[in-house]
Formats: sequence, structure tokens, C-alpha cells
Amino acid sequence: MTVGIDLSKVRPGFQDPVHNSQSVFRAIMEAVARPGMQVTLSPAPTSPAPLCPAAGAVALTLLDFETPVWLSPAIREGEARDWLRFHCGCPLVDETEASAFAFISRADEAPPLSAFNPGDAKYPDRSTTVILQVLSLEGGSSVRLAGPGIKGERIIAPRGLPADFWDQVAENGAAFQFGVDILLVAEEGLIGLPRTVRIQS
Amino acid sequence: MTEASPPANLAERYYNYAYLDEQTKRMIRRAILKALAIPGYQAPFGSREMPVPYGWGTGGIQLTAAIIGPDDVYKCIDQGADDTTNAVSIRKFFAKVADVATTEDTSDATIIQTRHRIPEQSLKAGQVLVFQVPQPEPLRGLEARETETRAMHAYEEYGLQYVSLYENISAYGRIAATAGYPVMIEERYLMSPSPIPKFDNPKMDDNEAILLFGAGREKRIYALPPHTRVRSLDFEDYPFEVQSWEENCALCGAEDSYLDEVVLDDAGNKMFVCSDSHFCGERRKAGHSGPMAGHQLDQTVEGNTP
Repeated sequence: MTVGIDLSKVRPGFQDPVHNSQSVFRAIMEAVARPGMQVTLSPAPTSPAPLCPAAGAVALTLLDFETPVWLSPAIREGEARDWLRFHCGCPLVDETEASAFAFISRADEAPPLSAFNPGDAKYPDRSTTVILQVLSLEGGSSVRLAGPGIKGERIIAPRGLPADFWDQVAENGAAFQFGVDILLVAEEGLIGLPRTVRIQS
Repeated sequence: MTEASPPANLAERYYNYAYLDEQTKRMIRRAILKALAIPGYQAPFGSREMPVPYGWGTGGIQLTAAIIGPDDVYKCIDQGADDTTNAVSIRKFFAKVADVATTEDTSDATIIQTRHRIPEQSLKAGQVLVFQVPQPEPLRGLEARETETRAMHAYEEYGLQYVSLYENISAYGRIAATAGYPVMIEERYLMSPSPIPKFDNPKMDDNEAILLFGAGREKRIYALPPHTRVRSLDFEDYPFEVQSWEENCALCGAEDSYLDEVVLDDAGNKMFVCSDSHFCGERRKAGHSGPMAGHQLDQTVEGNTP
């Protein structure tokens, strides 16, 4: 399935890959270390639709030939896929459980979290990191989070999640040390939901 | 050090920004994120050959290189001191390869790389403390095989560690470990705090900063997000306690800091002095003084003359 990429249509990635990926990484690191805290990824690239700039920034910062990537159907074809292949050189996989990273462009394309790789008992770090695009990181119904990285609790209200998303997150967390780690992205913003996060009722 | 950062691809730079190539940084960054998501778990990483030998902080240097940017302010300490050979060399290294401002001031730093101490001054949000770790595996002294210790962590099989502490008590009447005292993270993963004195263990619990641990030779990264529960192992009838001294710091008079014993001459004279050089210096500048204030070792702080 080697298909040539029309380079004249591939949009640029980071202007300064070294420094841009460093500043984006530091924001992602803070977001994963402080679950529920919203960060802005700057500078984010003008990634092709349906990838939002934050999803594009995560891809340019973390993906390369070592990371098998699963893409949801809307990203799997066309300009977004070519952009990821060209800039990141990442292998694309069809099986959700074979992926190190998974990009989901919208809620109705999201497989259940349990479809992804939960890691190995001895190597739980081999689990999938799921990048889930939502309509907005604010304006939805509130959820209270607790766990490592959170002093007391933190309230977030992302909008445009899969229907039973928080039940799935709770189930994912209950299986610790197994579990996927989730990055919610919208526009240039990102919220980290690592497997340690607990949902407060 | 305040000059604008030259473009990373400048020919005369010789090395990539922050020494490591971009693919290595990505690999380390991915390991850091997984380590933060599984607090206390030792994530393997592809440790690179560095321009210093193993044992000189290659794990910490690689972590710092993967996270540092031109806007950072970098501090590096060795046993609490900013002015020791290892600390000075590593600080110069990053000033050169990463164009960062450096400082000795704990509160000014955004990245603090450390060998075997946690600064006395409380850390704050936005700071990252990078530990240099010689042996990341807390169980290694009890079980030599990595295949076994990895299984012990996987299945939370920590009975051997408790037996070891019990044997300590039966032999010495107390838990004798003073540095690298094992800790339990979120009641799940047993972790080595690196060879910090157990005096520093309580500082890890509920810390405001991100704590990253790097072992270059052993090729492991582990991490603690802020506000993580860190418990030093103990028994109900033998509770954990930190070191204390009858002496105060001879130079600044501090009663609550970690003290180093310094032998002064062949006659057996000695002094106890803060191991955290910046903490001690700030106290002396603020007018505090200890029983040996004015000693020639006091000259290490600007403006202090004996």
C-alpha cells in the first residue's frame, strides 16, 4: 500500500522544530503531571482538517518511526494522514491494540477505551496514548477529578465526549497499573487524563 | 547568558540544541509522560552515551536535555552544594549547549538537577526537580535478577522488602538505612528515592513540583507528579523517623537543615555545616550566624569576611 504523497499539498509543520517541540512538550508534561489542568500548546501548527492544531502539535512533538499510530476513519484518508506521514514518519496500523498513539477526530468515531493496548503487567508503559479531539475543553457538564497531580480535586467540563466516556475512564483507572492515558484536545488547548485520574461522584 | 538563542541548525553549534538529537529527545519525552502516568514505575529508555562517564549524572543530564528550553533557568547541585565539581561542570554544560541562564537560587530556578539531596527551600509549581540516580531498583540489593524484580513490581510482591527491614531491626534495633530509604508511591509501587538522605524523604510527599528520576547506566526513568502520596516504609512499632543533630549549623546556626560533618584538622576538630550551600548562604546574608561564624569557610558567601 505504498502510495505517493503529493508534496505540493502538504502543509508545513513546526517553523522551528527543535524549539517548538520543546515548548509544546513542556506544556504536555505539565498537563500529564497535573491531570485536568488545561494548557495551551504554543506554537501549534496549522494542521490540516480534521486535525485540530493541538492534535497536530502533539503529533509533531511525540511521534516518529518508533510509534505505531492508529487513526480514526476521518483522519485515516487524505490530507491529514499525508501530513502525519510526511512530518512524523510514523507507521500507521489498522489494529487499535497495536498502537502506541491513537488519534480520534470526534466522539462518534471513538472506539471504546478498552479496545486500545492497556500495557503489560511488567511493562505498563507500553499502553496506548489516546488523543481525543472534543468540541471544546469547556462548557460541558462538570466532572470532579482527583488523584496524583491534583491537590484536593479539580473540576473540568469538556464538551463533545463519547456518551459513556467518564464510565470508561473510571473503568480504565480501576485497572491500574494497566490502562490507556488520554489527552483531550480542542483548538490549541489540551487536558491530560492519565490512568491515575479518579472520578469523584 | 542573556544573549538571544542562536538558531538550532547553526553550523558552528556542532551539536544539536541541548546536545541530544531530536529523535532521542522524543524517545525520552515519551518515557517521561508514561513515567508520570504510572508514578513510581521504572520506565525503560534508550540511554545514550554522554560526554561524561556513567555515575556522573548521565541519567539526570539526559532528562534535563530532553526538557530544557532557552527560557529555563537552570540550577545544579551535588550533595546540596552548587559549588562542587560535578555541579559546576554540568551547569556549564547546559549553559553552553542549551543557552540557558543558570542560577544558584533555588526559587529562581525552573529546572533543578540534583545529586543526592532535595533543596531545603520548598519547591513550587512550575519547577522540575531532576534526580541523578545510580541504582533505580529498590529491590536490587535483595534480588539480583531484573526479570525477578520486574515481576515483583508487576504483582506488588514486596514481602521481601519488609523482611529486610525486619532483619534490620532484629540486628540493629532500628531500621538502619539512612540514604536511599525505600518509599511506597500511592500505595502501589515501591520506589528508590535515589541516595538522598532519609531526612529528605518527607519532602517528596505532596510536593508542588514535578520530580523526575533518571538512571543513565541502568536505562530507567521514573517520576512523581506533584501532590503524589509518598510514604517511607516502616512498622507500627518502629515508625519512620529522620536524622537529627545535637549541633546547629556552625556557620548559619540553622537548627532544621541537613548537616554535613566537616573534619577541620588532624587534631579531631570538626564542624557541622548545612549541606545546602544556597540555603546556608542566604541565611548568613540575612544575618543569621552559628557558633563558628567568621571561620575561613565562611568566605564562600559574597560579602562575608572573617
